[in-house]
Amino acid sequence: MKKNLTRQQYLDLYYYMRLNRAVEDTMVKLFRQNKIVGGLYSSLGQEAISVGSAYALEKRDWLAPMIRNIGALLVKGVPPRDIFMQHMAKYDSPTKGKDGTSHFGDLENLHIVSPISMLGDLIPVMAGVAIAGRYLGQKIVAMTWIGDGGSSTGVFHEGLNFAATQKAPFVLILENNLWAYSTPVRRQVPLENLADRAKAYGISSYIVDGNDVVAVYKTAKEAVDRARAGEGPILIEAKSFRRMGHAQHDPAEYVPKEMRSYWESRDPILLYEKFLTAEKVLDAKGKKEIEDKIDALLQKERDFAENSPMPPAEFAAEGVYCTGDDCHKIQPKWERDKREVMPPKSSVSAVWTVQGFGAGKGSSGGMAPIHFGDTPAAAEKAENEDRLAPKSTPKTIAKKKSAKAAAVAAGSRKARR
Amino acid sequence: MPDANGSKTTNGSKSNGGPVTFLEAIKQAMFEEMERDPAVVVIGEDVGVYGGAFKTSEGLLERFGWERVIDTPISESAIIGAACGMSYLGLRPICEMQFIDFIACCFNQLTNFVAKGHYLWNAPAPIVVRGPSGGGVHGGPFHSANPEMYFVHTPGLKVIYPSTPYDAKGLLKAAVRDNNPVLFFEHKFLYRRIKEELPAEDYTVPIGKAAVRREGRHLTILSYAAMMHTSLEAAEALANEGIEAEVIDLRTLLPLDEETILQSVKKTNKVLVVHEDTKTGGIAGEIAAILCEKAFGDLDGPLMRVTSLDTPVPYAPTLEDYFLPNAQKVFVAAKELARY
Repeated sequence: MKKNLTRQQYLDLYYYMRLNRAVEDTMVKLFRQNKIVGGLYSSLGQEAISVGSAYALEKRDWLAPMIRNIGALLVKGVPPRDIFMQHMAKYDSPTKGKDGTSHFGDLENLHIVSPISMLGDLIPVMAGVAIAGRYLGQKIVAMTWIGDGGSSTGVFHEGLNFAATQKAPFVLILENNLWAYSTPVRRQVPLENLADRAKAYGISSYIVDGNDVVAVYKTAKEAVDRARAGEGPILIEAKSFRRMGHAQHDPAEYVPKEMRSYWESRDPILLYEKFLTAEKVLDAKGKKEIEDKIDALLQKERDFAENSPMPPAEFAAEGVYCTGDDCHKIQPKWERDKREVMPPKSSVSAVWTVQGFGAGKGSSGGMAPIHFGDTPAAAEKAENEDRLAPKSTPKTIAKKKSAKAAAVAAGSRKARR
Repeated sequence: MPDANGSKTTNGSKSNGGPVTFLEAIKQAMFEEMERDPAVVVIGEDVGVYGGAFKTSEGLLERFGWERVIDTPISESAIIGAACGMSYLGLRPICEMQFIDFIACCFNQLTNFVAKGHYLWNAPAPIVVRGPSGGGVHGGPFHSANPEMYFVHTPGLKVIYPSTPYDAKGLLKAAVRDNNPVLFFEHKFLYRRIKEELPAEDYTVPIGKAAVRREGRHLTILSYAAMMHTSLEAAEALANEGIEAEVIDLRTLLPLDEETILQSVKKTNKVLVVHEDTKTGGIAGEIAAILCEKAFGDLDGPLMRVTSLDTPVPYAPTLEDYFLPNAQKVFVAAKELARY
């Protein structure tokens, strides 16, 4: 296990989990002092999922957090003050007081898409991010999270299915924390493993212990690498437990005591500390240093947040529309030759080729029956006609298409990567 | 059907090779925008291989390829969500709703996610959502909708509903270049029924500007889309009776061109609003409120409206004809208004 991560990586994971918990502990204090304007949601006990999965991303990658993914935001580079100020509705917060909690983003630098409260909506959005990144030649991966409850939405299906048809470089972390507000997962989904849903989309999936940060990281890293390599979207089910209520107002009395005490004994930070101590990566001194560093940082960040003003009232009327280039200069960052997507190179035959159509292959057979982009560009087609030997002879629904052309089409899919 | 004189270019530009239909104008706009800017992509159901249910995207796939012309599953929320995500990386997707009625399926994605992004977290979403709307072609209750007012009530969106091929092309181009999410309604009754010469060169029509289609002094008829033509037809009949109606084509419903409306009211002092949308909650009510607030002293009569009935769009021709406004209904209402 150890040999795949460096000492620094182990310590990073520890630092971010501790920071995640400390940021939320600070916010509980702020909440009790009535300094938090709205609700406060907790990821207590789920820190390993946010931290481990986001740590698998590179700087250029995109993520969209859910309400309990404060840890992912910290890993991506959001300063704790932004999270405090969001909750306190301060003018210096990323949304300048227009929205709260983890509802903020950063398109320019950190590549974070803001969530909304309607669950599942981020899934097609991040599929779009992934497709656009591929189109621009950026080699990025997009990641978002969904809960066991959120996986019941229609848009979960629409988004994941669409991402699968597009083979989008997209990783979806399904945090199964056993509770959707007060409704247990069994009342949400009649499946033992929510990862089984991946089969419906013909995509790969993993199941991981969501309280084991190293396992989460390694699984997410493998998924991110595979998605980046063009294998299509990947679903990871991380099994965990929501230790607090839905939000601060909810004492969660509907949760059986035995269930709570079982999961409390599996606290992800304590488990990881045991592991790090056994592996001699962390000792009491190292732990103290990290704690002191976090304390000092959060004191500073909290002071800054508390001293930030509330937004001026009339600011409510501003910013509904982008007023043009002076407001936002929208420029895609091309990392491929634009000529590839412009005529004549972009031109194709308007036909669907359906490889393996009628062959009776199930979703475990690998490919969905209809493939994206398997008809070559006209210019490329002429070029490839001689070079590409047919691997198989896919049947085709196109009237005009010869077997040879179809074989070329099948070959060109590989050439696209 | 009038030939939409009001929208003709005044720059004496040359035509692009004969008059074109509304459909052709839409196709030209998408084609030219994709040709101009590789950030422009088209996404929707059956837009690629098939060329769109109404053939508005015919030929785009052949020219621009699979990455820029994306056939999707039947998943309107995925279409809008993905387009929005694409726009965050600087692309300018044009989304097609196969029929605009289906926009109801992605209402949440549009109103909660797309529309609020700029206000909440400074994230512009330059996407266009376009599709065939409107009745009069016996499409029945699920293929005839005029859902514009759901979205006019949503801050953050822009809503366009043109009535001529010239405007359709120029406004669609303007919509693609706009940094905000724009809903673009295409009245399918007009798709093949009107033709117009279009300039050969690139042009846009500004979003948020109404057009005076016919000058008059006795009353103002405010309308848009197919009903603009109905209103012009009624105005001809009114002229025979000595009533000169000014006909204004709103073109954009959000933002509404209040200035042009108020100017006309100052002149005619009477307003009739004609829309194919149902009556309750239609744009006529909003216009009535604006006039009460800003032009109360200019009004010599009540604001009147000719609209569809407050029912779903019925299927049988007898029922649909009764449901829809027509030139006769506009004529009768205008004559009544002119008596004040």
